[in-house]
Amino acid sequence: MRELLPLSMLGGLLGLDVVCFPQMMISRPLVGATVAGAFVGDTASGLLVGATLELIALATLPFGASRYPEWGSAAVVGGAIAAALHAEPAGTLTVGVLATLATAWVGGWTLVKLRVWNAWLARRKRGALEHGSRGAVVGLQLAGLTSDLVRAMILTAVAYGLILPVARAMVAVWSFDEHLSRAVTAGAASAVAAAAAWTIFHSARGARWYFAGGLLIGLMFLAMR
Amino acid sequence: MTAPAAATHGAPTPDPTPRVSAMTWVSVFVRTLAIQGSWNYETLLGNGVGFALEPALRRLPGGVRGDAFKAAIARESAYFNAHPYLTSVAIGALAKAELSGVPPERIERFRTALCGPLGSVGDRLVWAGLLPFSSLVALIAFGIGVRPLAVLLIFLALYNTGHLGLRIWGLRVGWTRGLAVAGALANPVLRNGPAYIARASAAVAGIAIPLTVARVVGPSRLLLEDALVVGAVIAVGLVRVHGRVEGWKLVLVLIALFALVSVAR
Repeated sequence: MRELLPLSMLGGLLGLDVVCFPQMMISRPLVGATVAGAFVGDTASGLLVGATLELIALATLPFGASRYPEWGSAAVVGGAIAAALHAEPAGTLTVGVLATLATAWVGGWTLVKLRVWNAWLARRKRGALEHGSRGAVVGLQLAGLTSDLVRAMILTAVAYGLILPVARAMVAVWSFDEHLSRAVTAGAASAVAAAAAWTIFHSARGARWYFAGGLLIGLMFLAMR
Repeated sequence: MTAPAAATHGAPTPDPTPRVSAMTWVSVFVRTLAIQGSWNYETLLGNGVGFALEPALRRLPGGVRGDAFKAAIARESAYFNAHPYLTSVAIGALAKAELSGVPPERIERFRTALCGPLGSVGDRLVWAGLLPFSSLVALIAFGIGVRPLAVLLIFLALYNTGHLGLRIWGLRVGWTRGLAVAGALANPVLRNGPAYIARASAAVAGIAIPLTVARVVGPSRLLLEDALVVGAVIAVGLVRVHGRVEGWKLVLVLIALFALVSVAR
Protein backbone atom coordinates (compact mmCIF):
# COMPACT_ATOMS: atom_id res chain seq x y z
CA MET A 1 0.00 0.00 0.00
CA ARG A 2 2.99 2.30 -0.49
CA GLU A 3 1.12 3.68 -3.48
CA LEU A 4 -1.80 4.91 -1.33
CA LEU A 5 -0.46 8.41 -0.70
CA PRO A 6 0.54 9.25 -4.29
CA LEU A 7 -2.72 7.73 -5.53
CA SER A 8 -4.81 9.76 -3.10
CA MET A 9 -2.97 12.91 -4.23
CA LEU A 10 -3.64 12.00 -7.86
CA GLY A 11 -7.27 11.26 -7.01
CA GLY A 12 -7.47 14.62 -5.25
CA LEU A 13 -6.21 16.52 -8.28
CA LEU A 14 -8.42 14.66 -10.73
CA GLY A 15 -11.43 14.93 -8.41
CA LEU A 16 -10.83 18.68 -8.24
CA ASP A 17 -10.87 18.84 -12.04
CA VAL A 18 -14.39 17.40 -12.27
CA VAL A 19 -16.08 20.64 -11.21
CA CYS A 20 -13.80 23.11 -9.44
CA PHE A 21 -10.46 23.55 -11.19
CA PRO A 22 -9.46 23.63 -14.05
CA GLN A 23 -12.10 21.43 -15.77
CA MET A 24 -9.61 20.43 -18.47
CA MET A 25 -11.11 16.93 -18.38
CA ILE A 26 -8.02 15.28 -16.97
CA SER A 27 -10.70 13.75 -14.74
CA ARG A 28 -12.23 11.73 -17.59
CA PRO A 29 -11.89 8.00 -16.95
CA LEU A 30 -9.74 7.53 -20.05
CA VAL A 31 -7.13 9.85 -18.57
CA GLY A 32 -7.54 9.09 -14.86
CA ALA A 33 -7.45 5.31 -15.10
CA THR A 34 -4.50 5.32 -17.52
CA VAL A 35 -2.42 7.67 -15.39
CA ALA A 36 -3.29 5.69 -12.24
CA GLY A 37 -2.27 2.48 -14.02
CA ALA A 38 1.05 4.11 -14.90
CA PHE A 39 1.51 5.11 -11.23
CA VAL A 40 1.12 1.51 -10.14
CA GLY A 41 3.30 0.18 -12.95
CA ASP A 42 0.94 -1.10 -15.64
CA THR A 43 -0.26 1.62 -18.01
CA ALA A 44 -1.86 -0.88 -20.41
CA SER A 45 -4.26 -2.24 -17.76
CA GLY A 46 -5.16 1.29 -16.73
CA LEU A 47 -5.84 2.28 -20.34
CA LEU A 48 -8.04 -0.79 -20.89
CA VAL A 49 -10.16 0.10 -17.86
CA GLY A 50 -10.16 3.78 -18.84
CA ALA A 51 -11.35 3.14 -22.41
CA THR A 52 -14.14 0.83 -21.20
CA LEU A 53 -15.24 3.42 -18.66
CA GLU A 54 -15.06 6.21 -21.22
CA LEU A 55 -17.75 4.40 -23.19
CA ILE A 56 -19.93 4.39 -20.07
CA ALA A 57 -19.09 7.99 -19.17
CA LEU A 58 -20.48 9.22 -22.50
CA ALA A 59 -23.91 8.89 -20.91
CA THR A 60 -23.17 11.12 -17.93
CA LEU A 61 -22.64 14.70 -19.03
CA PRO A 62 -22.06 17.28 -16.28
CA PHE A 63 -25.09 19.51 -16.94
CA GLY A 64 -25.47 22.28 -14.35
CA ALA A 65 -26.76 21.20 -10.97
CA SER A 66 -27.58 17.65 -12.04
CA ARG A 67 -26.17 14.79 -9.99
CA TYR A 68 -23.62 12.72 -11.88
CA PRO A 69 -20.92 10.17 -11.00
CA GLU A 70 -17.59 11.64 -9.97
CA TRP A 71 -15.26 10.00 -12.49
CA GLY A 72 -11.98 11.68 -11.50
CA SER A 73 -11.16 10.01 -8.18
CA ALA A 74 -13.09 6.88 -9.16
CA ALA A 75 -11.04 6.31 -12.33
CA VAL A 76 -7.87 6.54 -10.27
CA VAL A 77 -9.19 3.82 -7.95
CA GLY A 78 -10.29 1.52 -10.80
CA GLY A 79 -7.20 2.03 -12.95
CA ALA A 80 -4.85 1.47 -10.01
CA ILE A 81 -6.68 -1.69 -8.88
CA ALA A 82 -6.60 -3.16 -12.38
CA ALA A 83 -2.90 -2.36 -12.66
CA ALA A 84 -2.14 -3.78 -9.21
CA LEU A 85 -3.85 -7.07 -10.10
CA HIS A 86 -2.54 -7.40 -13.66
CA ALA A 87 -0.62 -10.60 -12.84
CA GLU A 88 -3.99 -12.42 -12.76
CA PRO A 89 -5.65 -11.15 -15.93
CA ALA A 90 -9.01 -12.98 -15.71
CA GLY A 91 -11.48 -10.65 -14.05
CA THR A 92 -9.05 -7.76 -13.66
CA LEU A 93 -10.83 -5.50 -16.16
CA THR A 94 -14.27 -6.36 -14.76
CA VAL A 95 -13.19 -5.76 -11.19
CA GLY A 96 -11.47 -2.48 -12.15
CA VAL A 97 -14.60 -1.22 -13.90
CA LEU A 98 -16.78 -2.36 -11.00
CA ALA A 99 -14.54 -0.58 -8.48
CA THR A 100 -14.70 2.62 -10.52
CA LEU A 101 -18.48 2.57 -10.90
CA ALA A 102 -19.02 1.98 -7.18
CA THR A 103 -16.56 4.75 -6.24
CA ALA A 104 -18.06 7.12 -8.83
CA TRP A 105 -21.50 6.57 -7.30
CA VAL A 106 -20.25 7.44 -3.82
CA GLY A 107 -18.21 10.29 -5.32
CA GLY A 108 -21.37 11.79 -6.87
CA TRP A 109 -22.96 11.76 -3.42
CA THR A 110 -19.92 13.47 -1.87
CA LEU A 111 -20.13 16.20 -4.55
CA VAL A 112 -23.70 16.93 -3.50
CA LYS A 113 -22.57 17.15 0.14
CA LEU A 114 -19.74 19.48 -0.90
CA ARG A 115 -22.25 21.81 -2.55
CA VAL A 116 -24.35 21.84 0.61
CA TRP A 117 -21.19 22.59 2.62
CA ASN A 118 -20.28 25.44 0.26
CA ALA A 119 -23.79 26.87 0.66
CA TRP A 120 -23.41 26.73 4.45
CA LEU A 121 -20.09 28.57 4.23
CA ALA A 122 -21.63 31.17 1.91
CA ARG A 123 -24.55 31.73 4.33
CA ARG A 124 -22.10 32.37 7.16
CA LYS A 125 -20.36 35.02 5.05
CA ARG A 126 -23.54 36.60 3.69
CA GLY A 127 -23.13 39.83 5.64
CA ALA A 128 -19.53 40.29 4.56
CA LEU A 129 -20.43 39.50 0.94
CA GLU A 130 -23.24 42.06 0.95
CA HIS A 131 -20.75 44.66 2.17
CA GLY A 132 -18.37 43.83 -0.67
CA SER A 133 -15.69 42.12 1.36
CA ARG A 134 -12.87 41.04 -0.92
CA GLY A 135 -11.59 38.67 1.79
CA ALA A 136 -14.95 36.91 2.01
CA VAL A 137 -15.13 36.33 -1.76
CA VAL A 138 -11.57 35.04 -2.04
CA GLY A 139 -11.86 33.06 1.21
CA LEU A 140 -15.04 31.29 0.11
CA GLN A 141 -13.49 30.35 -3.20
CA LEU A 142 -10.33 28.98 -1.57
CA ALA A 143 -12.38 27.13 1.07
CA GLY A 144 -14.47 25.49 -1.65
CA LEU A 145 -11.40 24.48 -3.66
CA THR A 146 -9.62 23.09 -0.60
CA SER A 147 -12.71 21.19 0.55
CA ASP A 148 -13.07 19.59 -2.86
CA LEU A 149 -9.40 18.61 -2.97
CA VAL A 150 -9.60 17.05 0.50
CA ARG A 151 -12.89 15.33 -0.37
CA ALA A 152 -11.41 13.71 -3.46
CA MET A 153 -8.19 12.69 -1.68
CA ILE A 154 -10.08 11.01 1.17
CA LEU A 155 -12.48 9.33 -1.25
CA THR A 156 -9.61 7.92 -3.31
CA ALA A 157 -7.67 6.69 -0.28
CA VAL A 158 -10.68 5.10 1.42
CA ALA A 159 -12.04 3.49 -1.75
CA TYR A 160 -8.66 2.13 -2.82
CA GLY A 161 -7.86 0.91 0.70
CA LEU A 162 -11.21 -0.85 1.07
CA ILE A 163 -11.71 -2.21 -2.43
CA LEU A 164 -8.21 -3.49 -3.23
CA PRO A 165 -8.27 -6.43 -0.75
CA VAL A 166 -11.79 -7.40 -1.88
CA ALA A 167 -10.77 -7.13 -5.53
CA ARG A 168 -7.66 -9.25 -4.90
CA ALA A 169 -9.78 -11.93 -3.25
CA MET A 170 -12.30 -11.88 -6.10
CA VAL A 171 -9.66 -12.18 -8.83
CA ALA A 172 -8.01 -15.06 -6.97
CA VAL A 173 -11.19 -17.18 -7.28
CA TRP A 174 -12.42 -15.75 -10.60
CA SER A 175 -13.82 -18.67 -12.61
CA PHE A 176 -14.73 -17.17 -15.99
CA ASP A 177 -12.25 -17.01 -18.84
CA GLU A 178 -10.37 -13.71 -19.30
CA HIS A 179 -11.75 -13.05 -22.77
CA LEU A 180 -15.33 -13.86 -21.79
CA SER A 181 -15.04 -11.50 -18.82
CA ARG A 182 -13.72 -8.76 -21.07
CA ALA A 183 -16.46 -9.37 -23.65
CA VAL A 184 -19.23 -9.12 -21.05
CA THR A 185 -17.80 -5.91 -19.60
CA ALA A 186 -17.10 -4.29 -22.95
CA GLY A 187 -20.49 -5.37 -24.34
CA ALA A 188 -22.31 -3.77 -21.40
CA ALA A 189 -20.21 -0.60 -21.78
CA SER A 190 -20.89 -0.43 -25.51
CA ALA A 191 -24.64 -0.59 -24.84
CA VAL A 192 -24.42 2.51 -22.66
CA ALA A 193 -22.26 4.29 -25.26
CA ALA A 194 -24.61 3.50 -28.14
CA ALA A 195 -27.67 4.57 -26.14
CA ALA A 196 -25.85 7.75 -25.08
CA ALA A 197 -24.86 8.51 -28.67
CA TRP A 198 -28.48 8.19 -29.72
CA THR A 199 -29.74 10.35 -26.86
CA ILE A 200 -27.18 13.11 -27.44
CA PHE A 201 -27.09 13.26 -31.22
CA HIS A 202 -30.41 12.03 -32.59
CA SER A 203 -32.01 15.48 -32.63
CA ALA A 204 -29.43 16.74 -35.17
CA ARG A 205 -30.74 16.41 -38.72
CA GLY A 206 -29.39 13.29 -40.43
CA ALA A 207 -27.39 12.19 -37.37
CA ARG A 208 -28.74 8.64 -37.52
CA TRP A 209 -27.34 8.29 -41.05
CA TYR A 210 -23.99 9.63 -39.95
CA PHE A 211 -24.01 7.10 -37.12
CA ALA A 212 -24.94 4.27 -39.51
CA GLY A 213 -22.18 5.36 -41.90
CA GLY A 214 -19.64 5.47 -39.09
CA LEU A 215 -20.76 2.07 -37.85
CA LEU A 216 -20.30 0.64 -41.32
CA ILE A 217 -16.76 2.01 -41.50
CA GLY A 218 -15.96 0.67 -38.03
CA LEU A 219 -17.28 -2.80 -38.81
CA MET A 220 -15.50 -2.86 -42.19
CA PHE A 221 -12.28 -1.94 -40.43
CA LEU A 222 -12.76 -4.86 -38.04
CA ALA A 223 -13.65 -7.25 -40.87
CA MET A 224 -10.46 -6.37 -42.74
CA ARG A 225 -8.16 -6.96 -39.77
CA MET B 1 -22.30 67.14 -25.58
CA THR B 2 -18.52 67.20 -25.26
CA ALA B 3 -17.89 63.96 -27.13
CA PRO B 4 -19.85 64.81 -30.33
CA ALA B 5 -18.21 68.25 -30.44
CA ALA B 6 -14.77 66.69 -30.17
CA ALA B 7 -15.66 64.18 -32.88
CA THR B 8 -16.75 67.01 -35.18
CA HIS B 9 -13.27 68.53 -34.93
CA GLY B 10 -11.61 65.18 -35.73
CA ALA B 11 -10.26 64.58 -32.20
CA PRO B 12 -10.64 60.98 -30.87
CA THR B 13 -13.54 60.40 -28.45
CA PRO B 14 -12.08 59.64 -25.00
CA ASP B 15 -12.82 56.11 -23.81
CA PRO B 16 -14.10 56.28 -20.20
CA THR B 17 -12.97 52.68 -19.55
CA PRO B 18 -9.68 52.45 -17.60
CA ARG B 19 -6.94 50.38 -19.19
CA VAL B 20 -6.52 46.85 -17.85
CA SER B 21 -3.00 45.44 -17.94
CA ALA B 22 -2.07 42.12 -19.54
CA MET B 23 -1.11 40.76 -16.12
CA THR B 24 -4.57 41.58 -14.80
CA TRP B 25 -6.14 39.72 -17.72
CA VAL B 26 -3.90 36.71 -17.04
CA SER B 27 -5.03 36.80 -13.41
CA VAL B 28 -8.71 37.05 -14.44
CA PHE B 29 -8.27 34.19 -16.93
CA VAL B 30 -6.63 31.87 -14.38
CA ARG B 31 -9.41 32.65 -11.92
CA THR B 32 -12.07 31.79 -14.50
CA LEU B 33 -10.60 28.28 -14.50
CA ALA B 34 -11.62 28.08 -10.82
CA ILE B 35 -14.97 29.78 -11.30
CA GLN B 36 -16.88 26.79 -9.89
CA GLY B 37 -14.61 26.56 -6.83
CA SER B 38 -17.38 27.45 -4.39
CA TRP B 39 -20.33 26.21 -6.48
CA ASN B 40 -23.37 25.72 -4.27
CA TYR B 41 -27.14 25.31 -4.53
CA GLU B 42 -27.88 28.89 -3.40
CA THR B 43 -25.64 31.31 -5.32
CA LEU B 44 -24.40 28.74 -7.86
CA LEU B 45 -21.56 30.42 -9.81
CA GLY B 46 -22.08 33.80 -8.13
CA ASN B 47 -19.08 33.87 -5.83
CA GLY B 48 -16.90 32.55 -8.65
CA VAL B 49 -17.88 35.48 -10.85
CA GLY B 50 -16.91 37.94 -8.11
CA PHE B 51 -13.66 36.03 -7.54
CA ALA B 52 -12.73 36.09 -11.25
CA LEU B 53 -13.62 39.77 -11.69
CA GLU B 54 -11.81 40.91 -8.56
CA PRO B 55 -8.39 41.64 -10.17
CA ALA B 56 -10.05 43.85 -12.80
CA LEU B 57 -12.26 45.62 -10.24
CA ARG B 58 -9.16 46.79 -8.36
CA ARG B 59 -8.88 49.39 -11.14
CA LEU B 60 -12.01 51.13 -9.88
CA PRO B 61 -11.53 54.60 -8.29
CA GLY B 62 -10.24 54.22 -4.73
CA GLY B 63 -8.84 50.73 -5.27
CA VAL B 64 -9.80 47.78 -3.06
CA ARG B 65 -10.68 50.07 -0.14
CA GLY B 66 -12.95 52.29 -2.20
CA ASP B 67 -16.75 52.25 -2.08
CA ALA B 68 -16.96 51.59 -5.82
CA PHE B 69 -14.92 48.39 -5.46
CA LYS B 70 -16.97 47.13 -2.52
CA ALA B 71 -20.27 47.84 -4.25
CA ALA B 72 -19.07 46.10 -7.41
CA ILE B 73 -17.78 43.03 -5.52
CA ALA B 74 -21.08 42.74 -3.64
CA ARG B 75 -23.03 43.00 -6.90
CA GLU B 76 -20.88 40.55 -8.82
CA SER B 77 -20.80 37.88 -6.10
CA ALA B 78 -24.58 37.47 -6.06
CA TYR B 79 -26.42 34.57 -7.71
CA PHE B 80 -25.26 33.70 -11.22
CA ASN B 81 -25.82 30.63 -13.35
CA ALA B 82 -24.41 29.80 -16.78
CA HIS B 83 -22.10 27.35 -18.46
CA PRO B 84 -18.71 27.67 -16.69
CA TYR B 85 -16.70 28.16 -19.88
CA LEU B 86 -19.05 30.71 -21.44
CA THR B 87 -19.23 32.63 -18.17
CA SER B 88 -16.00 34.24 -19.44
CA VAL B 89 -18.20 36.18 -21.90
CA ALA B 90 -20.06 37.60 -18.92
CA ILE B 91 -16.82 38.24 -17.02
CA GLY B 92 -15.37 40.31 -19.89
CA ALA B 93 -18.60 42.26 -20.39
CA LEU B 94 -19.15 42.85 -16.66
CA ALA B 95 -15.55 44.03 -16.22
CA LYS B 96 -16.10 46.59 -18.96
CA ALA B 97 -19.46 47.67 -17.54
CA GLU B 98 -18.14 48.07 -14.00
CA LEU B 99 -15.01 49.94 -15.06
CA SER B 100 -17.00 52.20 -17.41
CA GLY B 101 -19.31 53.30 -14.61
CA VAL B 102 -22.50 51.78 -16.02
CA PRO B 103 -25.38 52.28 -13.52
CA PRO B 104 -25.69 49.34 -11.05
CA GLU B 105 -29.32 48.56 -11.89
CA ARG B 106 -28.40 48.19 -15.59
CA ILE B 107 -25.53 45.86 -14.71
CA GLU B 108 -27.84 43.73 -12.56
CA ARG B 109 -30.42 43.45 -15.34
CA PHE B 110 -27.69 42.55 -17.81
CA ARG B 111 -26.32 39.88 -15.45
CA THR B 112 -29.73 38.28 -15.07
CA ALA B 113 -30.42 38.37 -18.80
CA LEU B 114 -27.14 36.62 -19.69
CA CYS B 115 -27.67 33.52 -17.53
CA GLY B 116 -30.09 31.63 -19.78
CA PRO B 117 -28.35 32.08 -23.16
CA LEU B 118 -24.85 31.41 -21.80
CA GLY B 119 -26.11 28.26 -20.10
CA SER B 120 -27.98 26.72 -23.01
CA VAL B 121 -25.37 27.57 -25.67
CA GLY B 122 -22.55 26.18 -23.51
CA ASP B 123 -24.39 22.99 -22.64
CA ARG B 124 -25.10 22.19 -26.28
CA LEU B 125 -21.70 23.24 -27.60
CA VAL B 126 -19.46 21.78 -24.89
CA TRP B 127 -21.17 19.11 -22.80
CA ALA B 128 -23.22 17.63 -25.63
CA GLY B 129 -20.76 18.48 -28.41
CA LEU B 130 -17.06 19.01 -27.84
CA LEU B 131 -16.71 16.62 -24.89
CA PRO B 132 -18.29 13.49 -26.43
CA PHE B 133 -16.63 14.26 -29.78
CA SER B 134 -13.17 14.45 -28.19
CA SER B 135 -13.79 11.28 -26.18
CA LEU B 136 -14.91 9.36 -29.24
CA VAL B 137 -11.96 10.48 -31.37
CA ALA B 138 -9.61 9.36 -28.59
CA LEU B 139 -11.45 6.02 -28.41
CA ILE B 140 -10.89 5.53 -32.14
CA ALA B 141 -7.19 6.11 -31.52
CA PHE B 142 -7.33 3.53 -28.72
CA GLY B 143 -9.25 1.12 -30.94
CA ILE B 144 -6.69 1.20 -33.73
CA GLY B 145 -3.87 0.55 -31.28
CA VAL B 146 -2.33 3.96 -30.74
CA ARG B 147 0.03 4.09 -27.74
CA PRO B 148 -1.47 5.11 -24.35
CA LEU B 149 0.28 8.46 -24.06
CA ALA B 150 -0.76 9.43 -27.59
CA VAL B 151 -4.39 8.48 -26.87
CA LEU B 152 -4.41 10.78 -23.85
CA LEU B 153 -2.69 13.59 -25.74
CA ILE B 154 -5.18 13.36 -28.62
CA PHE B 155 -8.09 13.65 -26.20
CA LEU B 156 -6.63 16.44 -24.08
CA ALA B 157 -5.31 18.47 -27.03
CA LEU B 158 -8.57 18.23 -28.97
CA TYR B 159 -10.78 19.04 -25.99
CA ASN B 160 -8.67 21.81 -24.52
CA THR B 161 -8.10 23.58 -27.81
CA GLY B 162 -11.85 24.12 -27.84
CA HIS B 163 -12.14 24.64 -24.09
CA LEU B 164 -9.38 27.19 -23.61
CA GLY B 165 -10.14 28.83 -26.96
CA LEU B 166 -13.73 29.35 -25.87
CA ARG B 167 -12.71 30.90 -22.56
CA ILE B 168 -10.19 33.27 -24.19
CA TRP B 169 -12.66 34.22 -26.93
CA GLY B 170 -15.31 34.84 -24.28
CA LEU B 171 -13.16 37.24 -22.29
CA ARG B 172 -12.11 39.13 -25.44
CA VAL B 173 -15.55 39.45 -26.95
CA GLY B 174 -17.08 40.36 -23.59
CA TRP B 175 -14.52 43.10 -22.98
CA THR B 176 -14.75 44.40 -26.55
CA ARG B 177 -18.53 44.54 -26.78
CA GLY B 178 -19.49 45.22 -23.16
CA LEU B 179 -23.24 45.29 -22.60
CA ALA B 180 -23.82 44.70 -26.33
CA VAL B 181 -22.23 41.26 -26.09
CA ALA B 182 -25.50 39.40 -26.63
CA GLY B 183 -24.98 39.83 -30.37
CA ALA B 184 -21.80 37.76 -30.14
CA LEU B 185 -23.88 34.75 -29.16
CA ALA B 186 -25.24 34.78 -32.71
CA ASN B 187 -21.71 33.84 -33.85
CA PRO B 188 -22.05 31.03 -36.45
CA VAL B 189 -19.82 28.73 -34.38
CA LEU B 190 -22.13 29.06 -31.37
CA ARG B 191 -25.33 29.00 -33.41
CA ASN B 192 -24.59 26.20 -35.89
CA GLY B 193 -21.60 24.54 -34.24
CA PRO B 194 -23.61 22.16 -32.02
CA ALA B 195 -25.49 20.70 -35.00
CA TYR B 196 -22.29 20.15 -37.01
CA ILE B 197 -20.49 18.65 -34.02
CA ALA B 198 -23.50 16.41 -33.33
CA ARG B 199 -23.37 14.98 -36.87
CA ALA B 200 -19.61 14.52 -36.73
CA SER B 201 -19.90 12.91 -33.29
CA ALA B 202 -22.59 10.54 -34.52
CA ALA B 203 -20.28 9.36 -37.31
CA VAL B 204 -17.31 9.12 -34.95
CA ALA B 205 -19.43 7.19 -32.41
CA GLY B 206 -20.31 4.65 -35.09
CA ILE B 207 -16.62 4.04 -35.72
CA ALA B 208 -15.39 4.28 -32.13
CA ILE B 209 -17.76 1.91 -30.36
CA PRO B 210 -16.99 -1.30 -32.30
CA LEU B 211 -13.26 -0.51 -32.48
CA THR B 212 -13.06 0.09 -28.72
CA VAL B 213 -14.97 -3.10 -27.92
CA ALA B 214 -12.74 -5.06 -30.30
CA ARG B 215 -9.56 -3.87 -28.62
CA VAL B 216 -10.92 -4.56 -25.14
CA VAL B 217 -12.23 -8.03 -26.00
CA GLY B 218 -9.04 -9.14 -27.73
CA PRO B 219 -8.50 -11.64 -30.55
CA SER B 220 -11.68 -13.77 -30.23
CA ARG B 221 -13.95 -12.83 -33.15
CA LEU B 222 -16.87 -14.88 -31.81
CA LEU B 223 -16.82 -13.12 -28.45
CA LEU B 224 -16.53 -9.76 -30.19
CA GLU B 225 -19.61 -10.47 -32.31
CA ASP B 226 -21.54 -11.62 -29.24
CA ALA B 227 -20.49 -8.54 -27.28
CA LEU B 228 -21.56 -6.18 -30.08
CA VAL B 229 -24.92 -7.91 -30.64
CA VAL B 230 -25.77 -8.09 -26.93
CA GLY B 231 -24.59 -4.50 -26.53
CA ALA B 232 -26.85 -3.37 -29.40
CA VAL B 233 -29.87 -5.15 -27.89
CA ILE B 234 -29.31 -3.57 -24.46
CA ALA B 235 -28.75 -0.18 -26.12
CA VAL B 236 -32.13 -0.38 -27.84
CA GLY B 237 -33.69 -1.23 -24.48
CA LEU B 238 -31.95 1.73 -22.82
CA VAL B 239 -33.14 4.11 -25.53
CA ARG B 240 -36.72 2.85 -25.15
CA VAL B 241 -36.72 3.40 -21.38
CA HIS B 242 -34.89 6.71 -21.78
CA GLY B 243 -34.77 8.72 -18.58
CA ARG B 244 -36.10 5.94 -16.35
CA VAL B 245 -32.90 3.87 -16.16
CA GLU B 246 -29.40 5.33 -16.02
CA GLY B 247 -27.07 3.33 -18.23
CA TRP B 248 -24.08 3.42 -15.90
CA LYS B 249 -26.15 2.10 -12.99
CA LEU B 250 -27.50 -0.72 -15.14
CA VAL B 251 -23.93 -1.65 -16.10
CA LEU B 252 -22.92 -1.57 -12.45
CA VAL B 253 -25.69 -4.03 -11.58
CA LEU B 254 -25.00 -6.30 -14.58
CA ILE B 255 -21.26 -6.45 -13.98
CA ALA B 256 -21.74 -6.95 -10.24
CA LEU B 257 -24.02 -9.92 -10.93
CA PHE B 258 -21.53 -11.33 -13.44
CA ALA B 259 -18.70 -10.96 -10.91
CA LEU B 260 -20.82 -12.59 -8.22
CA VAL B 261 -21.49 -15.61 -10.42
CA SER B 262 -17.84 -15.85 -11.43
CA VAL B 263 -16.70 -15.81 -7.82
CA ALA B 264 -19.43 -18.05 -6.42
CA ARG B 265 -19.52 -20.92 -8.92
